[in-house]
Amino acid sequence: MRNVDVVIIGGGPAGLAAALELYKKDVKNILILEREKSLGGILRQCIHDGFGLTRFGETLSGPEYASRFASQVKALGIPYMTDTTVLELTPDKKVYAASPEGLIELQAKAVVLAMGCRERTRGAISIPGTRPAGVYTAGVAQAYINLKNRMVGRNVVILGSGDIGMIMARRMTLEGAKVIGVFELQPYASGLPRNIEQCLNDYNIPLQLSHSVTDIKGVERLESVVISQVDEHLQPIPGTEKEYPCDTLILSVGLIPENELTWMAGAEADNGTKGASVDEYFQTTVPGVFAAGNVLHVHDLVDFVSMEAEALADGAARYVKEGSLPAADRKVTGDDMTGQLVPSRFSGQDDVTISFRVRKPVRNCTVEVWQGENLVKKLKFPKALPAEMIQIPLKAEKLDKDHDLEVKVVC
Amino acid sequence: MLRTFTCIMCPQGCEITAEGAEGALAITGNKCKKGKEYVEQEMTNPMRNIATSILVEDGELPLASVRLTKPIPKARIFDVMGAIRQVKRQAPVCEGDVVIRDVLGLGSDVIVTKTVEKAEQEGKDR
Amino acid sequence: MRELYDVIVIGAGVVGCAVARELSRYQLKTGVLEKELDVACGNSSRNTGMLHAGFTYKPGSLKAECAVEGNKEFDQVAAELGVPFKRTGKLVVGFTDHDRENILKYKAIGEKNGVQGMRMIDKEEISRIDPNAGGEFAMYVPSSGILDPMQYTIALAENACQNGVAFHFGQEVRGIDRSGEKDTYIIKTEQDTFETKWVINCAGMYASEISQMLGYPCYPVKGFKGEYFVLDKKAGKYLSIPVYPAPNDKGGFSTHATPTVDGNVLVGPDSYVTEEREDYVVTKEHMDGLFEDGRKMFKQMKRDYFIRNFAGIRWKRYNPETGEVLDFMLESDESHPNTVNLVGIESPGVTCALPLARRAVAMLAGRENPKKNESFNPVRPVKKRFHEMTHEEQQQAIKENPLYGEIVCRCETVTRAEILDAIKNPLGVCTVTGIKNRTRATMGRCQGGYCETRITEMIEQEMHRAPEDIRYSKRDSYMFTGKVRDER
Repeated sequence: MRNVDVVIIGGGPAGLAAALELYKKDVKNILILEREKSLGGILRQCIHDGFGLTRFGETLSGPEYASRFASQVKALGIPYMTDTTVLELTPDKKVYAASPEGLIELQAKAVVLAMGCRERTRGAISIPGTRPAGVYTAGVAQAYINLKNRMVGRNVVILGSGDIGMIMARRMTLEGAKVIGVFELQPYASGLPRNIEQCLNDYNIPLQLSHSVTDIKGVERLESVVISQVDEHLQPIPGTEKEYPCDTLILSVGLIPENELTWMAGAEADNGTKGASVDEYFQTTVPGVFAAGNVLHVHDLVDFVSMEAEALADGAARYVKEGSLPAADRKVTGDDMTGQLVPSRFSGQDDVTISFRVRKPVRNCTVEVWQGENLVKKLKFPKALPAEMIQIPLKAEKLDKDHDLEVKVVC
Repeated sequence: MLRTFTCIMCPQGCEITAEGAEGALAITGNKCKKGKEYVEQEMTNPMRNIATSILVEDGELPLASVRLTKPIPKARIFDVMGAIRQVKRQAPVCEGDVVIRDVLGLGSDVIVTKTVEKAEQEGKDR
Repeated sequence: MRELYDVIVIGAGVVGCAVARELSRYQLKTGVLEKELDVACGNSSRNTGMLHAGFTYKPGSLKAECAVEGNKEFDQVAAELGVPFKRTGKLVVGFTDHDRENILKYKAIGEKNGVQGMRMIDKEEISRIDPNAGGEFAMYVPSSGILDPMQYTIALAENACQNGVAFHFGQEVRGIDRSGEKDTYIIKTEQDTFETKWVINCAGMYASEISQMLGYPCYPVKGFKGEYFVLDKKAGKYLSIPVYPAPNDKGGFSTHATPTVDGNVLVGPDSYVTEEREDYVVTKEHMDGLFEDGRKMFKQMKRDYFIRNFAGIRWKRYNPETGEVLDFMLESDESHPNTVNLVGIESPGVTCALPLARRAVAMLAGRENPKKNESFNPVRPVKKRFHEMTHEEQQQAIKENPLYGEIVCRCETVTRAEILDAIKNPLGVCTVTGIKNRTRATMGRCQGGYCETRITEMIEQEMHRAPEDIRYSKRDSYMFTGKVRDER
């Protein structure tokens, strides 16, 4: 059993940023564990540009963005292991991982959970119909096309207007496929407006809102999908069915934080994010176990993932040095317009950054943060979309230790 | 004439409106000057960047991703794709390598965005 | 023309594979023809995976006799073949007086059939057995158990193969002729011709068609389709025993909740009539119904747990005049020499497979008197799964073969070494679903999001296949239209 100050699970954008920041704070006995053959996480397959504008002030492709961090990790000699999959994480922070070199056993003082997220699948949303080949999640199609040099199909329907789905619509069009359309269940797009513009409109790919796949046909390879319009309760409207012949269905229907190790360690979940419940230090309910990035809540921009992981490093470094962090027993709550609220708890002794998404698109709204009778912060937004995470930084001196925080969206 | 645009210069995706004739445009809705430039460019000659891959032989991966150093006219995207499709490189290739200089005379280079090392095993079929 | 077989078994479902395995006890040159690219592609794998006790079948019927026999011997069978199996028992729960009447009726039938240990229990005892089981009262059936029907069929086939049986996949039988001079059958498939002395019809839902080709009647069958939900292993922690509702007046069960040997939960099937043989379509209407009915059986049912759906069909032989469902048909008639005909084998077909196979093979053996295969080995060698090893065993496995240290499927913890073993399976199956069914890779919560790209790559490399030739499950279920960038 080897002793390590901080074990970082996942060598994607969150894990790498946390490692670099910990190193800067002089926590150097750290180890990044990455299951892939190289560092970078999902960014390795996100070859489109548009990353890094917030973090670096320039626009980069995913691999370039990842390499900014990975090359620093390598240059500083921060220890990492690739081809290493964590199998088990115990509440007392023992880490067991499989690698071709053997079963690795570590005792960590602190653990950073940076496993990212996975895609929702056909089964999770229960699409009726047959089970032919040719139904892919957007991320799998992206891996085949951008990493494995495999073309998954020629005539494509995309379900879900998530960013990866729209990016794959453009990507497959560039490679000669015909993308028939993108269909979204909700009455609004779930991805960013600029992706509707540059991935769909640029290539004359129609986006139809309030539509869903209600049947999948074909026994061997996909032959067609049936699309129906849905009503305000998201239920298909009989008589609106339209059949689209296609050989490929790409699903971009949401991402789910990948938290199996989190639960194994005994951390409690947050009902809103489905990730761990954390405080302003990004500490879970298990002392010394921290989480940031998509494993905590799904982000729309990798820049914010990196910045969140860097913020986590403050708390993790302090935990390693002091052995504990202030108790965070005050709650952060929202109203019915707020979703994906992070953190769920805070101590009132340090700065807090609140992240959330509105549950539906709104214009000219005000976000208010209250603590008891005290209006801590008020921010105006000309428009707010579920696709865009909103962040509200709060200074410690504006907070007290005796009241919960309440986030309200006033329209 | 009134036209609306979704700015693609950054993730904020400002909704920008342009009113009036060329030379006397009233542009509103943009949060920064990039938005104004974007709309002016969109109204004359829309420009885009593209990202795709080139074939790599004997690499740890079969493809290396590439992008353009500068945007190109939107209308030439598929011509540039055609040119990139012809490129083949022997591993290793490095991030930043220029694989086509001044592609189709459009003033933009095609550069590698991901380092692909040589495969460990010889002749690994990918 | 292929070489002459002593016996050809048509169909590699659980019954065909059990027959093949029992035939391999003799010195008979045996072949199995299967239209799909793997075993158990039809209804053999599209069921609950229940080892039935045998209390709903008419006393004296083949169903009752074989179910009780199959149930009794299964601990030994599972041990020999290395099939994961748990004798969990079963709860048949009721809410109304009518439910109680029906349960008691079938309890009496079960006792007549020789099912042992059934007893009525109250609500308190239900919650002692499993606090998440629904019901006001229940019959507890100790002899019921759960197994993975896919793994079981693979095991039977691999054991048959290891004892000399040849499997031919992608061979759909199109016609059967009798060659007068040689007293043999000529079986034509789409691309081949096979010659054999004996034919055993185990064609499952297509058994009536094969029956007719052999000169037997084209027995009428009716399809009772049912849909299922598969729930995440998170739900599996909350259910330890299959929970069935009280049988209806005809002895049929509607939606039940059953833990699987792998730790998931199955909810289903419901039951409705279908006309189409392979109508495995899942429908919104039935999924919604399953959710409602399933909750009555399993209190922890949540939509968050859904990971996939599937459907299966019980093709029952029936009397078209009365509508009455009939027993399994097992016959070997002198007027159709050297044939054994099995028709209408539906639920409890998995439980009955080996008992039926022994009876079928006995019909052949009674006439041919074949020599015993002295080298027959009933034991199929299996390796312990990495996932089930202790840390010490894992350490040792990686030391001996570093490919055990590479996790390909993270949700189910399947290693590269295990995927490679599966790709090199004795039956030569190399579809993506074939690998999945042998290793459980892609069957977890991410449904292949992480590992499928690796598995297809490994199949291409190991089997030297072009991307266009990779198959998901069926013959034309291609995964790729080609490469993004071609070397040419």
